[in-house]
Amino acid sequence: MSDVCIIGIGIHPFGRTDGLSGLDQGVFAVREALGDAGLDWRDVQFAYGGSDAAGNPDTMVERLGLTGIQFINVKNGCAAGGSALSSAQMAIKSGAFEIGLAVGFDKHPRGAFNALPAEYNLPEWYGDAGYMITTQFFGAKIMRYMHEYGISPETLGRVSEKAFRNAVHAPHAWRREPVALDVIMDAPLVSDPYTKYMFCSPAEGGVALILASEKKARELGKPLIRLKAAAMRTRPAGSFEVFAPSIDIKRGGSATRIASADAFRLAGIGPDDIAVAQLQDTEAGAEVMHMAENGFCQDGDQEQWLAEGLTEIGGSLPVNTDGGCLACGEPIGASGLRQVYENVVQLRGDGGGRQVPGNPKTAYSHVYGAPGVSAVTILER
Amino acid sequence: MRAIAEGLFTDEVPPRLIGGRDKVTGRIVFPCPPGADFEPLPLGRQGTLWSYTVQRYRPKSPPYAGPEAFAPWAVAYVELPGEAIVEARLTDVDLDTIRIGMPLELALIPLDPGAADPVLTHAFRPVDPEMAASA
Repeated sequence: MSDVCIIGIGIHPFGRTDGLSGLDQGVFAVREALGDAGLDWRDVQFAYGGSDAAGNPDTMVERLGLTGIQFINVKNGCAAGGSALSSAQMAIKSGAFEIGLAVGFDKHPRGAFNALPAEYNLPEWYGDAGYMITTQFFGAKIMRYMHEYGISPETLGRVSEKAFRNAVHAPHAWRREPVALDVIMDAPLVSDPYTKYMFCSPAEGGVALILASEKKARELGKPLIRLKAAAMRTRPAGSFEVFAPSIDIKRGGSATRIASADAFRLAGIGPDDIAVAQLQDTEAGAEVMHMAENGFCQDGDQEQWLAEGLTEIGGSLPVNTDGGCLACGEPIGASGLRQVYENVVQLRGDGGGRQVPGNPKTAYSHVYGAPGVSAVTILER
Repeated sequence: MRAIAEGLFTDEVPPRLIGGRDKVTGRIVFPCPPGADFEPLPLGRQGTLWSYTVQRYRPKSPPYAGPEAFAPWAVAYVELPGEAIVEARLTDVDLDTIRIGMPLELALIPLDPGAADPVLTHAFRPVDPEMAASA
């Protein structure tokens, strides 16, 4: 079967933009993507849109044009963007459409996400007693991982240091000042072992991708950035997820592991074939754990990989070349599509100061979210 | 003092947490879910530290119902052998001495020690290894 191609990309810078709604930022990104593709809104036959806290994406037709387009809203936690992309790919593969849009945007209040027990089907006492805190889960998960696989706190610090250093060259990133390793390590702890520089923040932003059938992309004369795989999966038994009053003695896999394996199967390639990767890094340890969960290294190898700089822009597997969530922040609906945007930039060779050398031909993206959802994409040029 | 919720721990002295056992698969969880699929099961009082973190800032209210005054506390996952790994605060512990694998036992602590009628919530405290061996 022929591939689905990404023929246009647009982004509204991440961070804080007072005076612009989340929807405004989504519309901005769509217009940029249309301009990049050389298309008009009337050419777009369908859309999938993701937003967690900034309203229904389909309302953007009021701004873009009332063409009667099919527009489906996606709410799937941190996997919203990946789910929108996966759905858009299937719509084109089915033969029903030739040109479509995957868009994601969000705008969250300042500070940590404020979750309530009822939203997660949990009893009230769980919130009363102070357990409805995502950072507790992140801290406890990496503490166990460090204990089992010999990962040091410095390795966590190196992940953050790399993120801010890469973001200097990414115009869409939020935090674009380098931060020295000792500053990261000596900063106040938020949830042990993480200091404040090791967590990303809820943020704002919008991303849009225009997809087309291979036939249409060729007609339009576009460089063929092929979406070889877009897999979205949920958790298996025995996984460790946020807001868990208990977990199973018998430990199991993760949504990431099965989404990753499925994506590699669909693409017909393996981890060694990937030239650049964007991995979910809502906290520094997430990038570390996700390197192994996505099959790029064995558990515990990350200590050496980070020390030797293997995930730097010029390393054997550059990871989070635009600074990831740590430097861009996390607007939930847009975050997964930002990773794919960055991968298209890299495959086109448009990365400027953050461009991966050697003419990369394959790129991988991965999101993970509550409660145990993951979406993976593989692009090829 | 009252429990923070009904059905979380037994009335015994000392108390035990009440988990739930899946009637079909035997899987054990805490707390016992409502409905007919799980049967209540008092869990062991002693376990070992599986993992932990420290809550370094006061959680937002709502939902947090603890005191305005804040001091950091440890949040742990405690492995109860053969049963489940249960999330709970640690109590009576120096934050710098927490180690994965350390032996722990169940304790009930007031959520707000300064309240007129404080509610009790579950926690675990370190066990002297020699005491644990003879228990």
